[in-house]
Amino acid sequence: MSLTVSKTYKLYVGGAFPRSESGRTYQVDDAGGSFMANAVLASRKDARDAVVAARKGFAAWSKATPYNRGQVIYRIAEMLQGRAAEFVELLIVGRGVDHDTARAEVDAAIDRLVHYAGWTDKLTAVFGSANPVSAPYFSYSAPEPTGVVAVVAPVDAPLLGLVSVIAPVITGGNACVVIAAEQDPCVAVTFGEVLATSDVPAGVVNILTGHGAEIGPTLAAHADVNALDLTGAEGELRTELERSAAGTVKRVYRPKGRPDFTATPGTARLRAFLEIKTVWHPTGSPSLAAGSSY
Amino acid sequence: MTNSVVDWEYAPAPESEAVARVKERYLPYIDGKFIEGGGDDLITVNPGRGEDLATVSTVDDADLDTAIAAARRAYEGPWSKLSGAERGKYLFRIARGIAERARELAVLESLDNGKPIKETRDFDVPTAAQHFFYHAGWADKLGYLGYGPNPKSLGVAGQVIPWNFPLLMAAWKIAPALAAGNTVVIKPAETTPLSILVLAEIIADADLPPGVVNIVPGAGDVGASLVNHPGIDKVAFTGSTAVGKQIQQSLAGTGRKLTLELGGKGANIVFADAALDQAVEGIVNGIFFNAGQVCCAGSRLLVQEPVAEELLLRLKDRAETLRVGDPLDKNTDVGAINSSAQLTKITELTQAGVDEGAEVWRSSCPLPDRGFYVTPTILANASATMRIAREEIFGPVLTVITFRTPDEALAKANNSPYGLSAGVWTEKGSRAMAMAARLQAGVIWDNTFNRFDPAAAFGGYQESGFGREGGPAGLAAYLDTDDEAVLG
Repeated sequence: MSLTVSKTYKLYVGGAFPRSESGRTYQVDDAGGSFMANAVLASRKDARDAVVAARKGFAAWSKATPYNRGQVIYRIAEMLQGRAAEFVELLIVGRGVDHDTARAEVDAAIDRLVHYAGWTDKLTAVFGSANPVSAPYFSYSAPEPTGVVAVVAPVDAPLLGLVSVIAPVITGGNACVVIAAEQDPCVAVTFGEVLATSDVPAGVVNILTGHGAEIGPTLAAHADVNALDLTGAEGELRTELERSAAGTVKRVYRPKGRPDFTATPGTARLRAFLEIKTVWHPTGSPSLAAGSSY
Repeated sequence: MTNSVVDWEYAPAPESEAVARVKERYLPYIDGKFIEGGGDDLITVNPGRGEDLATVSTVDDADLDTAIAAARRAYEGPWSKLSGAERGKYLFRIARGIAERARELAVLESLDNGKPIKETRDFDVPTAAQHFFYHAGWADKLGYLGYGPNPKSLGVAGQVIPWNFPLLMAAWKIAPALAAGNTVVIKPAETTPLSILVLAEIIADADLPPGVVNIVPGAGDVGASLVNHPGIDKVAFTGSTAVGKQIQQSLAGTGRKLTLELGGKGANIVFADAALDQAVEGIVNGIFFNAGQVCCAGSRLLVQEPVAEELLLRLKDRAETLRVGDPLDKNTDVGAINSSAQLTKITELTQAGVDEGAEVWRSSCPLPDRGFYVTPTILANASATMRIAREEIFGPVLTVITFRTPDEALAKANNSPYGLSAGVWTEKGSRAMAMAARLQAGVIWDNTFNRFDPAAAFGGYQESGFGREGGPAGLAAYLDTDDEAVLG
């Protein structure tokens, strides 16, 4: 008879698993109300550190080719598949769901990643355009990642919901700082372990556990965060975060209702974190006589 | 040699003011009728002469309620029931109507805004017509935009536009809103309400159903009431970043769709291998078009060091030939500043640049003795910390900064909370495209500047706002494109 080596959950920031600089934790109970684990109670400083890590991750990730990004996202699916049994177990213990329900959620999460792996090199074809302008210019509009996205993960589907909010953000070439669902930090940090072994560059995804109401406002007001996904923020917190985002004119995605993550995803989440850049280039000799020229 | 003195004695070539058919009094356009508004009258000024031009009746809160109710009725009544093809026909009619009255609109816009007649005639008015024509064709093809097979309209759009392109901005906001199936309540800027009220006549003549477009003149308080009105489903604002932030903040939690087109501090980057004379033309266009009162103006010139001296000499020579004066004169290159308040702001910021150590050059072109004018100004030797390198001047004032390497140019260009536009001048195509890819801005002009087209998306990154205008991306602003499945 030997004692189980129980796991100490940490944050996932910059490709590493740090504790909070604040040294705080909070207790996570299992579905039956018994002690399950201590999770890190991330601080505002942790949130700022995560943004710094995300900015670095963004530099590498946004420069990667879409083909490569697709391969890496597919690799996440592979790694999740490899650890499916562990996630099934976590969902059963943490959520009190039966085996089949847990297994279905894990399978759906794997499928979700595969779905987005195929989007990276098609975004430009679908959401970009060659613009038929009435002047001798080649003009095109193409999507680009917006930068660092702060995401409040949904509460109701600890794995599928988490994957469903992270995948579209990184598919477009963005980096993210995710506030995991407060009740399900173990699933989130374990998913961080999947990411850490999936060739995702450090900092592309950063996962914070703790109180959304404590770290959300820091991220929403942060000048180096470009966009905000309010999926998991409800009530007053949602409005407060949205208001803070106005200080730096952040793009804000707020789904209209409670997303159905079991349905095939639309493209709204993808598009919410893409800029459209229009480039003009003269064709032939530039005319300086027309229109607004001097 | 710095400024070659050339004696450009052109005879004046004024356009006839009578073409504008300026009326003494203009009225709000609500529910298909021109009505006396309940707000205080405002006097719109001709900035070219500093004289009163016309009186405009403004709306009060009750009128705004009436306009929004009319827009709702029109939305639920005829407009949302029409087929896309029929909606499109109305837009085609309006495009034709603008073209028919093009010269009148051009002169009126020059009188009310102060921009030169050659710009209103050759750019503002034709592009406004083109926006209606372009968007007309989308009305029955929304399923092909890429936002699903049947994207839905939003309802009543509340729109607020600025004074720098009064008619053009009205067109590029109203046309996509209607093409997408929405109805509109739009507030023009306090200083430039006239051309949109002539557009209202064109709209009325096109038999557009009453209430589909409502025009509510007034000051900022009317704009605030409009965007915060509970009867509005979508807000579109073009204007300052400060006001944009307030709007985004006040709309938080309402679930209302919002798009913002805000300020900019565009970098115009000239590499040593650029065709310098073409670059000079582009720089002049970038900062002196509409007297620099352009959110995407190329207001920061970044010049590679080996050509900085030579380029500045040529630029000053060229800028020296710009004729500043009567906006109605067809020879005028740089017209009036829109208002005395804007003139004061430009003067103050320019002085801040001089005080902080920039090297100032001003054209010797004489200015008219009345009206609001600013001499074309170049502030060289600027550093990134100066106010003139960070803040939007919104006038014919160019800030010049030098760089050595492409990376340094990128770092300096991207060192701004704004991200609306940028220009790149180089004869090396691969460098131009590489710069275009790495510049953090919504519109990049390679070897050109200030190009616009209804078919090409326009809009900013970061604090220059979100949402696009023009092209398929622009229509998304007026459609429900959230295709995510929701539970209940």
